Amino acid sequence: MAKVSKIRKSKKRSKVAGSSSKKPPVVYDDEQEEDVCGAEEDVSSEEDDGEDERKRQKLLEAIGALGGKRKHALAERSEAAVHMSEFSMTADDEADLSDLIGTIEKTPAATAQTKKHLKNLQRSKNTVECPLSKQENERIQRDVAFQKAALEVSRWQSIITQNQRAEQLVFPLNQEPSGPKPIEQVVMGWEARTPLEKEIFSLLAANKQPILDAVLTPAEEASVKAMDLEQVKIRRAERQKARALQSYYEAKARRERKIKSKKYHKVQNKAKRKEFVKQFEELVKTDPAAALEELDKMERARMQERMSLKHQNSGKWAKSKAIMAKYDEGARKAMQQQLEVNKDLTQKLVTSLSKEEEEEGEGNTDMLPDFVNDAEFKQDSSNPWMRGRLSEDPTEMELKDTMDVTAEGASAVTKEAEEEEGSEAEGTEEDALLREFDSRRKQRQDQESDTSAVIVNDGDDGVEEDQVTEDKVAEISDEEEEGLSEFTRMYRGIGKSLEKDAGSKDGSAELEEGLMRIRSVDDVDLLPQETPTEPQQAPTPQHQKSAEQQPSRSRKRKKGIELREVLTKETKVIKVPLAPTVTDSEEKLDQRVLIEEAFAGDDVISDFAREKRKREDEGKPKVIDLTLPGWGEWGGLGLKPSKRKRRRFRIRTEVPPPRKDQHLPSVIISEKRNSAITPHQVSSLPFPFENPAQFESSIRTPLGRTWNTERTVKKMTKPRVVTQLGAIIEPMADEQLLKGKKKVSARRRSRNTKTRTQPAK
Amino acid sequence: YAKLSTHGCISYVVFRFQMKVKVLSRNPDDYVRETKLDIQRVPRNYDPSLHPFEVSREYTRALNATKLERVFAKPFLASLDGHRDGVNCLAKHTQSLSTLLSGSCDGELKVWDLTKRECVRTLQAHEGFIRGVVVRYCGTSFFTVGDDKTIKQWTMETPGYGEEEEPLNTILGKTVFTGLDHHQNKSVFATCGQQVDIWDEQRSSPIRSFSWGVDSFSSIRFNPVETDLLGSCASDRSIILYDMRESTPLKKVVMTMRSNTLCWNPMEAFHFTCANEDYNLYTYDMRFLEKPIKVHMDHVSAVLDVDYSPTGQEFVSASFDKTIRIFPKNDGHSREVYHTKRMQHVICVKWSSDSKYILSGSDEMNIRLWKANAAEKLGVLSHREREAANYSQKLKEKFQHHPQIRRIARHRHLPKIFSFYRFGFSSTKPGSVPVLSEKEKHVVSVVK
Repeated sequence: MAKVSKIRKSKKRSKVAGSSSKKPPVVYDDEQEEDVCGAEEDVSSEEDDGEDERKRQKLLEAIGALGGKRKHALAERSEAAVHMSEFSMTADDEADLSDLIGTIEKTPAATAQTKKHLKNLQRSKNTVECPLSKQENERIQRDVAFQKAALEVSRWQSIITQNQRAEQLVFPLNQEPSGPKPIEQVVMGWEARTPLEKEIFSLLAANKQPILDAVLTPAEEASVKAMDLEQVKIRRAERQKARALQSYYEAKARRERKIKSKKYHKVQNKAKRKEFVKQFEELVKTDPAAALEELDKMERARMQERMSLKHQNSGKWAKSKAIMAKYDEGARKAMQQQLEVNKDLTQKLVTSLSKEEEEEGEGNTDMLPDFVNDAEFKQDSSNPWMRGRLSEDPTEMELKDTMDVTAEGASAVTKEAEEEEGSEAEGTEEDALLREFDSRRKQRQDQESDTSAVIVNDGDDGVEEDQVTEDKVAEISDEEEEGLSEFTRMYRGIGKSLEKDAGSKDGSAELEEGLMRIRSVDDVDLLPQETPTEPQQAPTPQHQKSAEQQPSRSRKRKKGIELREVLTKETKVIKVPLAPTVTDSEEKLDQRVLIEEAFAGDDVISDFAREKRKREDEGKPKVIDLTLPGWGEWGGLGLKPSKRKRRRFRIRTEVPPPRKDQHLPSVIISEKRNSAITPHQVSSLPFPFENPAQFESSIRTPLGRTWNTERTVKKMTKPRVVTQLGAIIEPMADEQLLKGKKKVSARRRSRNTKTRTQPAK
Repeated sequence: YAKLSTHGCISYVVFRFQMKVKVLSRNPDDYVRETKLDIQRVPRNYDPSLHPFEVSREYTRALNATKLERVFAKPFLASLDGHRDGVNCLAKHTQSLSTLLSGSCDGELKVWDLTKRECVRTLQAHEGFIRGVVVRYCGTSFFTVGDDKTIKQWTMETPGYGEEEEPLNTILGKTVFTGLDHHQNKSVFATCGQQVDIWDEQRSSPIRSFSWGVDSFSSIRFNPVETDLLGSCASDRSIILYDMRESTPLKKVVMTMRSNTLCWNPMEAFHFTCANEDYNLYTYDMRFLEKPIKVHMDHVSAVLDVDYSPTGQEFVSASFDKTIRIFPKNDGHSREVYHTKRMQHVICVKWSSDSKYILSGSDEMNIRLWKANAAEKLGVLSHREREAANYSQKLKEKFQHHPQIRRIARHRHLPKIFSFYRFGFSSTKPGSVPVLSEKEKHVVSVVK
């Protein structure tokens, strides 16, 4: 029993220990342990033997006593003492812990703490656990040692992965850098030998002059040490690039400044302005706050302009021009331009971006040109609710009338007609007929126009409207010419759009409704006015056409198996009586309907047939016309190459061998496969590549110097491992570890700087 | 005014009355050498439309390069004969590339000069087998162990005329030693036999002995990078790791069959490869012994020895099947196989310290010198030669997956036997045995 329990215990422990490593069964030296346990068993049996022996001895003694002989009592010497000594105890008297503690309590030397400990000890009933066996102890030691070694070895991980990823490895690893050494190193080993040298050195020493002229100051040295070569290279490259860019820009600016053409500068300025406008518009969309700031800047510029006399006609140049202006057209123009600039700059910006300005803006609504609202109106013409505050304008009322007319269509017209009839009492019959015809025509026209567009300009009213708008446009353009700079216009645009947004928030639905455009016949149905449309006629002719084409084709290809026929033949449904099973037919039906709906547009079979036909057509012999007009005879407008010539240069490609899938209706066998080149082609994607495109691109890039510059070739054909002939390659040493760390940290640093610089861009 | 470009050929000369005249103008600086020692300037136009079919042209070049590689693949350089029994162990000199030490089965040790390809020194080191030779890290002396239970230290210098060959130091052990290795930079060496012993050179008794329930070891190797670690192969199919500073071994992994030798990667501290009796080699990460990181298969008989290239990128293995194979460290199959008609079971193999050569000692008393890259041209290469070689190497790599190129590159003329008896047919029904990955198949357990 003892043995079994022991093993169990050990197993428990092994489970606890083995939880760290999982995969293969972790085995501990159980065999040895078992041996040990066996030994223990032996010991216990020995103990048993001893006990037997003692019993036997007792028995013998008892027998001896029976014999009448007197038993000799052992002489025991004892002395009277206050305390009993623990050494004179025999096995018969049991010593309790309390007895021992009793003595301690009386001794004053024992501290309170030890007394407390002892009391606690007395209270606890648990036995002390026996120490671990030697095997277990060793196992723990091994485990600890292994963990330590593994940790120690893991510090090479980074350098190993680094080497695995490296494009090139150069061995031996610890090669001394080539190139000149610092002079101190060279001088260090040198000694003064000749008497002259000695004398000089003694003199130098006496005057406390530095014997070695330091090439680098300590600070420089430190910086050199701190900077890695690669880092220095990177930094230098960056600086070079910056310098080059600066020089480019400078050169460009210089070149542009030199250009005297006014037109060029005008164009340039215009382009710049356009660019700015575009940017500003984007800014308005993306970041209104920034846009506001920009506006503020504009405002400030305006203020400054107003304060200064820069573009006024009080300057020296302006005065001189003013004198010239009487005689010189150019001078007049120049002055005008300058004044225009002034006007532009000093013009008040009307926007609703800033609240204060908004209030002002409400007061100055008439500053906004009419066309703004006009355009709006045009858009929302179908929706009377969206017309805004300008709807009371007389022009618009007119327009509204026209709209009503168009909307109500024929009925209104007929009413009018009736009224006319009523007023005129008896018109001629012809007149009535003509009117009827007219109304019908109008009706038809209305229908047509409804399908094509929302706004209909009918008759004279329409013409008037056109004229009105044209006039307005002309006005606006005039205004523009007068001196609206693009900026101000743009601000207006922004203000307008913002106003619009604010207004449309309530009735966005109506707006959407209003913006609906009719594109197809089907959309007409969605319109509020129900216009009777012809039943869909457009698709039907196509069907008919295809139906017509079918028989002709089949006539052509009678010999082969008709693909379409085979594939589209209806399957024979064999009805088998089945035991009624419990089904939720509704759900199934639903599913089927769902699938049908999902694949409603797909006609897989006809698609396949079409594709196959396409392939077949591709393979058919073709006629290539290689005639060149004017080659060998006169050519020109209205002249055609002669018939003979055309016949001569018309080439007919050879008839290919019959297709392999000729008699296979449901198969397409590609004829493109060339058996001559297949052994040279890769059939499956090789291992490190993830997709064919990747592999193909790796093949596509040429390596040779026919296609690449010398430097690129050198870079691309760099061997992965470089060894030196006759140089012993030592195993990796600890210095490499340090070097690797430095490299990694440098790279990290450079990456950090990169990430820091990126947002600045 | 005239505007003449210094570079272009055609420029415009603009006259006062705004008429453009095209003039052909060339600057001799662009095409005339300053001195005749200068290289001729060859202008190139890299316009891809002028150089069509780049893929097919490069493919052809790659194909040719592959074929030429096979044509020039002549790896066998020399055979060093002189031993009177099978060569049992080899040792590289740590400081000199041209020196090689070899111990044979009759206790004779020979020192070779590889440049002259001749034996420079012979000495009777032991009675019976020489089990191990190792050169001290300084290169001034070397150690041998033999079947006569002795460890002997010898000086590297040849004794003068009339002087006898005598060991510097002899240690009498209690048991037979089967393996020996020296520490990378301390005067400490390790032997194995019935247990693994760590010796100080100055003492005649081991400073530390490790035993862990096994009574027979076949090889012991110091880790060249993390220099206090050791690995050993035991006869109970296990590989045991030690730390020289600890009193107990670290861990052991038990495999399905016995490993003969192991070798640590000299560039990767925690990777080692062991040569196993089951025809395979296994590369382990010493931190994760539960599964080898790679199983290298191709041999058709027990693998007896393995040695890493000093670059740590490849290793060479010697097998009982009379071949040497070279494996990339992370490839499951060999890139190269060397064999000759006369070479018998290869017992020991070494990769030279400049990673250019391979040395093998075999049963039939010869040491052979091979090139590590069969088609490589030895000696100093001219610039153009090297560039051409680099280019063709890259081309081969680029098109290595194309079937024709792969076929040619992988083809080797091998006697049938090397590819024959590896695959016997199994008697088990398919599906009756659960599928185990090749990596998991060969590890029985890891013992802490």
